[in-house]
Amino acid sequence: MATVTVRDVVKKYGELKVIHGINLSIAEGSFVVLLGPSGCGKSTLLRMIAGLEPISEGDVLIGDRVVNDVHPKDRNIAMVFQNYALYAHMTVRENMSFALDLRKAPKDEIERKIAWAASILNLEPYLDRYPKQLSGGQRQRVAMGRAIVRNPEVFLFDEPLSNLDAKLRVQMRTEIKELHQRLKTTTIYVTHDQIEAMTMADKIVIMRNGYIEQAGSPLEVYDNPDNLFVAEFIGSPSMNLIEGRVEGGRFVSKGGTAIALPAGCKAGEGQAVVLGIRPEHTHPDPAGALEARVGVVEPTGPETHIYFELDGRDICAVTRERTGVKPGDPIRLRLDADRIHLFDQASGKAIR
Amino acid sequence: MAEAAIHTSALQGPQGRRPKSLLSPRRIVIYGLLLVAAFYYILPLYVMIVTSLKGMPEIRLGNIFSPPVEVTFEPWVKAWSQACTGLNCDGLSRGFWNTVIITVPSVLVSIAVASVNGYALSNWRFRGSDLFFTILIIGAFIPYQVMLYPMVIILRTMGLYGSLSGLIVVHTVFGMPILTLLFRNYFTALPAELFKAARVDGAGFWGIYFHIMLPMAVPIMVVAMILQVTGIWNDFLFGVVFTKPDYYPMTVQLNNIVNSVQGVKEYNVNMAATILTGAVPLAVYFLSGRYFVRGIAAGAVKG
Repeated sequence: MATVTVRDVVKKYGELKVIHGINLSIAEGSFVVLLGPSGCGKSTLLRMIAGLEPISEGDVLIGDRVVNDVHPKDRNIAMVFQNYALYAHMTVRENMSFALDLRKAPKDEIERKIAWAASILNLEPYLDRYPKQLSGGQRQRVAMGRAIVRNPEVFLFDEPLSNLDAKLRVQMRTEIKELHQRLKTTTIYVTHDQIEAMTMADKIVIMRNGYIEQAGSPLEVYDNPDNLFVAEFIGSPSMNLIEGRVEGGRFVSKGGTAIALPAGCKAGEGQAVVLGIRPEHTHPDPAGALEARVGVVEPTGPETHIYFELDGRDICAVTRERTGVKPGDPIRLRLDADRIHLFDQASGKAIR
Repeated sequence: MAEAAIHTSALQGPQGRRPKSLLSPRRIVIYGLLLVAAFYYILPLYVMIVTSLKGMPEIRLGNIFSPPVEVTFEPWVKAWSQACTGLNCDGLSRGFWNTVIITVPSVLVSIAVASVNGYALSNWRFRGSDLFFTILIIGAFIPYQVMLYPMVIILRTMGLYGSLSGLIVVHTVFGMPILTLLFRNYFTALPAELFKAARVDGAGFWGIYFHIMLPMAVPIMVVAMILQVTGIWNDFLFGVVFTKPDYYPMTVQLNNIVNSVQGVKEYNVNMAATILTGAVPLAVYFLSGRYFVRGIAAGAVKG
């Protein structure tokens, strides 16, 4: 177990800068998720921590040691890849013992560790099979087994669940989390799936275009997004955003809809802003102040998503009630005033 | 009962058009063409085998397609151990062993070097690796004739000219571009994560090569082996340029036997000698053709 510190790290490919001076500190034993759309630099950052990608500028520290020029094999890390990267010509047992064999660990210790890993991951019946004889979930478990037998200081996961089907993904999500709670090894996990990030992380780091947009606990980034990007990226269905300006202490949308702002709002008079409200804080309510017409209704079972148009933007409301509204119905809506977020339109930054 | 079964199968059976019968015009044309092509290629082999089993009196009758009346293996024996080339009269056997001594190390060394080259070029990108690769590939397109004389000078300077080891060096060098290309493309097509996983697991350059890459490269190894064995076995030009008569490979000796101007042309001996010379590549193709097609396809997907 160790802390991981990323200090002013820059990555350039020739002239192209893909990571722009990132700072990040990861506490010992924590589970950190790097989250962002594809091309945001999250995998590159992970590979730099792993030592698979040279660092152009800045430092990466594992524990107190600067590891910029340390080979991956000497960093005491283990990595799990999206496509499992199992050695096809080796059995499950050989796959898991490969790293230990290379370190010339004693035979009985290797045996013991493999037995231990296999029992944790329910792989005991499959130790003498080849990867091609296993299902996707089993292969993923072998990849994890290969990582845990080494007892590394840091686990790195590079979108490990993307190749699995939806049901298995949920199951493996829980398994990885359980594994972490059991081993308490510092873990860095890359994904573009915000549900994975929300459910697994102690800390989510949201990245875009080589910058960190926000880092914080799942509920922190969900409840208090620092900027428009985070607000829109986290949450499904995503946050409703309405453009407008502040007039007389109220928010007035471009189409003229007025919405009362919470008390103590710091937005300046006349400022061009974007109002954000999460779908679950948008309620169909006959006494509501907003009026709209229902577009699409999506029942998911526990809740129903009702989409409607407001000033040319699609807005979503989530309700647990059986409202029975149909497309085309007029509807009145109420917004939870204390759940309203305001962002500066020019910079995208949250106004708090 | 049987009728009921037919009824249900008609109801639940496969949908869509009936498969065409075996003897549709299309099929007849395809099989006809294939037969003609096969016949075209098999006929010379047939003539060779038949002629090599006849005695000279029978050959003089002129019926080259007729099977031998009296089967004799004497031409084969003569071709192998008695036919004269220049001063030596010990047949093709000398050339056969020369060729074996040339082929085995050339194949092994060139494949060993090229596989490491390909592995390094695809996984361990270094500054200028693309340039290096381009130069190597251009090498594959330069006609050999251009390089013959410079190569002679190089070998002479190294003191290897006229020896078998000199020829082995030549074959290894000239096999490098195409083999490196083959291996590089094969290794590039393997998932990059395998390489990364092995690095994180603690393997270095050679560790990854021997533990991960080499075991996965068996199909392409077979392809390279076939290419090199047949190429080097069939080589004539380098054999005649870079060696002395004592070390002539089989192909050069075959030429000397067949083209000798003295005495009567012994067609049966010539045929037997030719089949003997071609036997090894032929056997290699027959035994590993399946791998060959698969490996070529595997290497061709990406690159």
